[in-house]
Amino acid sequence: MLYALKIAARYLTASKAQTALLIFGVAIGVFIFIFMSALIGGLAELILSRTAGDMAHISIQAEAVDPILLLPGKPLLVQQKSSKTANNLPTAMAFVPLIEALPGVTAVSPQITGAGVLTRGSQVTQVSINGLEAGKESAITRLDSYITQGTARLGAGGALIGQRLADDMDLLLGQSVRLRSSGGIEVVLTVTGIYQMGQGGFDRRTAYVSIGTARTLFAMPQGVTRIEIKLADLYAADTIAPQIKAMTGLNAVSWTVDGAQLLEALAAQAQTGYFLKGFALLTIIIGVASALLLSTYRRRPEIGIMRAMGASQGFVVLVFVMQGGLVGLMGGLFGAGIGYLALLPFPGRDNFQSGVLPIDINQGSYGLAILLTLIGAILASIWPARAAARVDPVEAIGQ
Amino acid sequence: MSALVEVTDLVKTFGSGEAETRVLQGLNLTLETGQLAALLGPSGSGKSTLLTILGTLMQPTSGAHHMLGVDLTTASDPERTQFRNLHIGFVFQFHNLLPDFTALENVMFPTAIREGRETDAAKARGADLLTRMGLADRITFPTAHLSGGQKQRVAVARALMNKPELVLADEPTGNLDRVSAMQVMDLIAQINKDEGTTFLISTHDEKIAALCHRQIAVADGKVTG
Ligand SMILES: Nc1ncnc2c1ncn2[C@@H]1O[C@H](COP(=O)(O)OP(=O)(O)O)[C@@H](O)[C@H]1O
Ligand SMILES: [Mg+2]
Repeated sequence: MLYALKIAARYLTASKAQTALLIFGVAIGVFIFIFMSALIGGLAELILSRTAGDMAHISIQAEAVDPILLLPGKPLLVQQKSSKTANNLPTAMAFVPLIEALPGVTAVSPQITGAGVLTRGSQVTQVSINGLEAGKESAITRLDSYITQGTARLGAGGALIGQRLADDMDLLLGQSVRLRSSGGIEVVLTVTGIYQMGQGGFDRRTAYVSIGTARTLFAMPQGVTRIEIKLADLYAADTIAPQIKAMTGLNAVSWTVDGAQLLEALAAQAQTGYFLKGFALLTIIIGVASALLLSTYRRRPEIGIMRAMGASQGFVVLVFVMQGGLVGLMGGLFGAGIGYLALLPFPGRDNFQSGVLPIDINQGSYGLAILLTLIGAILASIWPARAAARVDPVEAIGQ
Repeated sequence: MSALVEVTDLVKTFGSGEAETRVLQGLNLTLETGQLAALLGPSGSGKSTLLTILGTLMQPTSGAHHMLGVDLTTASDPERTQFRNLHIGFVFQFHNLLPDFTALENVMFPTAIREGRETDAAKARGADLLTRMGLADRITFPTAHLSGGQKQRVAVARALMNKPELVLADEPTGNLDRVSAMQVMDLIAQINKDEGTTFLISTHDEKIAALCHRQIAVADGKVTG
């Protein structure tokens, strides 16, 4: 075993340029593998953080009065546009502490939502009103990260509006504005914060108020219209939603029900990644196999000598398989090294920038790349190794 | 005392039908322990074929082949591989050494392959053999840098590494100048005298054959004298 390794290593170092080229070729395959892993992982991260990151993973709504709202397959944004009189969940508040205590649940946000009209002077704009509990302004949508002026904290009489809405209505921070609900109740609010999410619908159409203000506007002294829940792992939604439903009897719905398209897109993207990574591995295998096959032809006389001196066929197989293994290991380590170095300059997952590939250096699958390359190279060497072992020593020595 | 090697009615044919060549045609030969024998015959007479069969690298078409009392015609490939590692040394005309290894590494090979590594004992014996071959200053030389005569002396040292009973040498001096050839033959004769190792050396050079104690002539696939 050790002796076969010595001979394998000597064969590789005997033709340095050729071996270096082979290892470099393997390393490029590994680099592509790692680059694709980091890119696909980063893309998924980006897409999830841009969409699912700001949405509830599980939401509880009263049964719909407006059937359009719950049409299957509609994206979540359609629900946000709800402009009908909100439905009441009269007893749901009692369950909030229970839901909060469930493992995997990181935030629970009871909300009162509805439609209204924002008026300032002669300017009038239709808005969705979202009443949030104090301290939970950023529990679901990370409002605090989108604030450009003022604060995300909502006090009584305060309102948070989007930058586009502020621009449309010439509203400045600290100015007052009238908000009238669909039920005809009107309050005067002060703009205490302006946010910019980059999604036109939200920036132009949503006004966040305190849940107290929303109670006044919609004449709801008790209950809420919606409870939004965030989880540590968004993929756990499908198991936790039924748990909540069983525990509370409330209609808890996982984000995946309406986010099927998003899931499909992510799956398709991951599949593209597997495909490309598979090709990278295939080129490694073909490269190693062809290089070793050439080597067995070139070393036929030596194989004959070794056999004549008493080397078994198994020993010859081992010498060539170990060459494959060494090439795979070195190419894998080298490729993983240059992969890591090449990914270093990219901004991390927490600050992806537009215009730059969303590469997540932590998702490079370095260990997997090295392992698969090693296995691939060993598999690739089996055919040449068996060909080497079958060399007829008499013919090879050619007396 | 029984013979070291005994072959009877040895037949070897290559190809079949129209293209069939009968190279060995019922050859009989006995080698006693300690002999230094020359195998003489013109090119194409079947010397190499006989040596590869005696070396268990090839199976005869028919006939019996015994060495050290073992029936080698019925042995499996792994059995024959182990047998030749322990009991037979080879010196070939071409393609003799592993080019990417040093002289000492080449000499140690037959032992290292058996023991799975290059032991200190093997290193010592290898260095000793190379010294006896007059190559004390070439022990760690890459074999690619050795002259033809030096290479053949390394090959003789390697053939002796496992203390085999029989060394088969197929025209070991065929590629060498007269001086180098004589040097190699003198070393072989010395080893034969000192250690009693049996040698069978094929050659078509009468002068080389004259250095041996026994001359075996081969013609038309048979021993003729
Ligand atoms: N593998 C083979 N296939 C066909 N013919 C062979 C083969 N090996 C040897 N021969 C033939 O056998 C005859 C004897 O060859 P060989 O044993 O090499 O003779 P020598 O070593 O005495 O010159 C030659 O005619 C050669 O062409
Ligand atoms: Mg010959």
